[in-house]
Amino acid sequence: MTNPTTSFLKGQKHLNRRHNAEQRFQWMGRIAIALSLIFLAFMITSIIWQGKGAVSTTKVMLAFDLSAQMVDPENIKGASYEKIVKSALRSQFPNAKKRKQKKALYALVSSDAGFQLRDQILANPALLGAEQTLWVSASDDVDMLMKGHISRAGAQSDRRVNDDQIGWIDTLSDEDAIKRVFNIGFFTSGDSREPELAGILSALVGSALSLLVCFALSFPIGILAAIYLEEFAKKNRWSDLIEININNLAAVPSIVFGLLGLSIFLNVFGLPRSSPLVGGMVLALMTLPTIIIAARASLRAVPPSIREAALGMGASPVQTTFHHVAPLALPGFLTGTIVGMAQALGETAPLLMIGMVAFIVDIPSSILEPATALPVQIFLWADSPERAFLEKTSAAIIVLLIFLVLMNIIAITLRKKYETRF
Amino acid sequence: MFLKTLSFTTVALAIVTAAPAFAGRDQIKIVGSSTVFPFATTVAERFGKKTDFKTPVVESTGSGGGLKLFCAGVGDGYADITNASRRIKSSEVEKCAANGIADIVEAKIGYDGIVIANSKASQQFDVTLADLFLALAKDVPTGVDGETKPNPYTTWDQVNASLPAVKIEVMGPPPTSGTRDAFVELAMEGGCKTFAWIKAFKKEDKKAYKSLCHTIREDGAFIEAGENDNLIVQKLVANPSAFGIFGYSFLEQNSDTVQGSIVNGIAPEFEAIAEGDYPVSRSLYFYVKKDHVGVVPGLVEFLTEFTSEDAWGEDGYLADKGLIPMTEAERTEWAEKINGLSNLAM
Repeated sequence: MTNPTTSFLKGQKHLNRRHNAEQRFQWMGRIAIALSLIFLAFMITSIIWQGKGAVSTTKVMLAFDLSAQMVDPENIKGASYEKIVKSALRSQFPNAKKRKQKKALYALVSSDAGFQLRDQILANPALLGAEQTLWVSASDDVDMLMKGHISRAGAQSDRRVNDDQIGWIDTLSDEDAIKRVFNIGFFTSGDSREPELAGILSALVGSALSLLVCFALSFPIGILAAIYLEEFAKKNRWSDLIEININNLAAVPSIVFGLLGLSIFLNVFGLPRSSPLVGGMVLALMTLPTIIIAARASLRAVPPSIREAALGMGASPVQTTFHHVAPLALPGFLTGTIVGMAQALGETAPLLMIGMVAFIVDIPSSILEPATALPVQIFLWADSPERAFLEKTSAAIIVLLIFLVLMNIIAITLRKKYETRF
Repeated sequence: MFLKTLSFTTVALAIVTAAPAFAGRDQIKIVGSSTVFPFATTVAERFGKKTDFKTPVVESTGSGGGLKLFCAGVGDGYADITNASRRIKSSEVEKCAANGIADIVEAKIGYDGIVIANSKASQQFDVTLADLFLALAKDVPTGVDGETKPNPYTTWDQVNASLPAVKIEVMGPPPTSGTRDAFVELAMEGGCKTFAWIKAFKKEDKKAYKSLCHTIREDGAFIEAGENDNLIVQKLVANPSAFGIFGYSFLEQNSDTVQGSIVNGIAPEFEAIAEGDYPVSRSLYFYVKKDHVGVVPGLVEFLTEFTSEDAWGEDGYLADKGLIPMTEAERTEWAEKINGLSNLAM
């Protein structure tokens, strides 16, 4: 007689199937992660590849006639610097005779060359009185040619730079009168319609100011709201309703907040259009639900024993919350804030409605002055016809990413600091 | 402790960010068309550098959106100038008047050509407006007067036997764009009118005429490619059989990769557009609020800069940016009107 035994070691087929399923799942996970890493690497390399050119710019050296005849030392600002630049180019290349040739010749230097010359003289009036060799910016087409974005091959009519111009540029480079230098202007100046002059600083400052306003409003309001709702408010139909509404708000398209900002902050309160103040307020509205939801979750994760112990020792509910519960939940608050602020940093849609999608050259010095933001700047440059803006666009994306990484590093360090305390 | 830190950071941040108080506006505010945006910003930048006034703020809101903002009222919070890639409508003038803006100065600044371009890798097309209409309209005439059918054409040679047998695939701007409006009005309607019975139809039933001539097909042959013209250019390079519709300045900047089609026998070239020979070209405008002149500093000087030969002349810096200048006579006439602040006459 045989004993009917059940062996758990048998049934190898079933076991294998389960092992295989596990392996399959793990491999799918690995493939998914590998794919997303490949995409990320591809995106970042392509952006850096396209944007690296923006770090340098082309300068041209010319001999300018700065005699008293051309520039009156008493009235430096009154001189016609454009004329000086043009005559410098003509004397450098006397072979440009026809009107069309002259026009091509003048197109070698940036339309800003005259202003650059003026600024150099204003900074150093000792230059006046003689012929001086000075560096000025080359035009964007020359810059593109030097960087290899415009090909020298092909028919003349198909290029932005004609054969005459290439000849002149070659002469200049033989004389070492054309060079690529670090493009400091990109980091120190505001927007410009000339790609060789356009800088990121005004957008960077605009973004920073908007985010400061956004943080100053959404962080305290969001966290206090979360603390009240989680620790003090009675759970009833009203608190349920509020909770549902907050969750819904987190999913509202951001342009709706822009419309709200337009109708309330601008039309009712009369706050200045295009200002980082209004931008920050609109972004704060958008960020609030994210912060509240994350803060509530982290409050819920604080063990009830902490509250009970504090209450048991005679602390009041307010003392319990602020002395014991909230500090423990702080890392969670910070995580929610990072997510919200990162979202706000990349937003353009709500800013469109309140006039921050604009051409702004001056660097804003307060939250009431017109400003634009980094993603808006990227959008505006991407939309410009000049090819040289392509590399500026990529460079602006890099700046935006660096800004984001810095913001996250600050938040993570803070979080680490508070995490170790308890 | 926690509450203290929280309130401290908030107050500190609030002080840092809210430095000066509100002040009267000392900066020109410009809104409006995205087509005029590159030109307005160029003038604004030059103006800011040349003079001691602040650089004007230029917003790109689209022609319709700009006029809406412009007509909202008089005062610090409202724009001084709005750009438009079409003329102001009488309904908009009325709206302005209802909000207390009676005096508007109209300024025509030049022309813009709309090109139908494809990649240089393919053959240059020579089309007529009627071809464009037949290729892109939702409903096309059947051949019998008064009858239309849904657009059956899938390749260009079906539209006109002289064109190559290439699939009809045209990328263009969405309906919110002024470029689209102008294309529909100039090219589509222009082609539509070449059918005698449709032209006669205009007097009978203007609404039906418009819906026939202005409706672009929605079966995938016309692709709405968004407002970004650079993107269209890139897509054309990637897909040599496709066509794109965009402003002349983008063709000029990308003349090494794309070519404009010849329309009604005329190639989209600078001179042809300036002289009005190229059929798909439109005028660009801006409008100035007269009540703000003298209140907002620099407004008069800005107009002077815009109307200088250096700016809008034949060799001016706006021509370098792709604006097609007006003729000399027109420029003199308009400069007089603009600098004399003459009121808009509809």
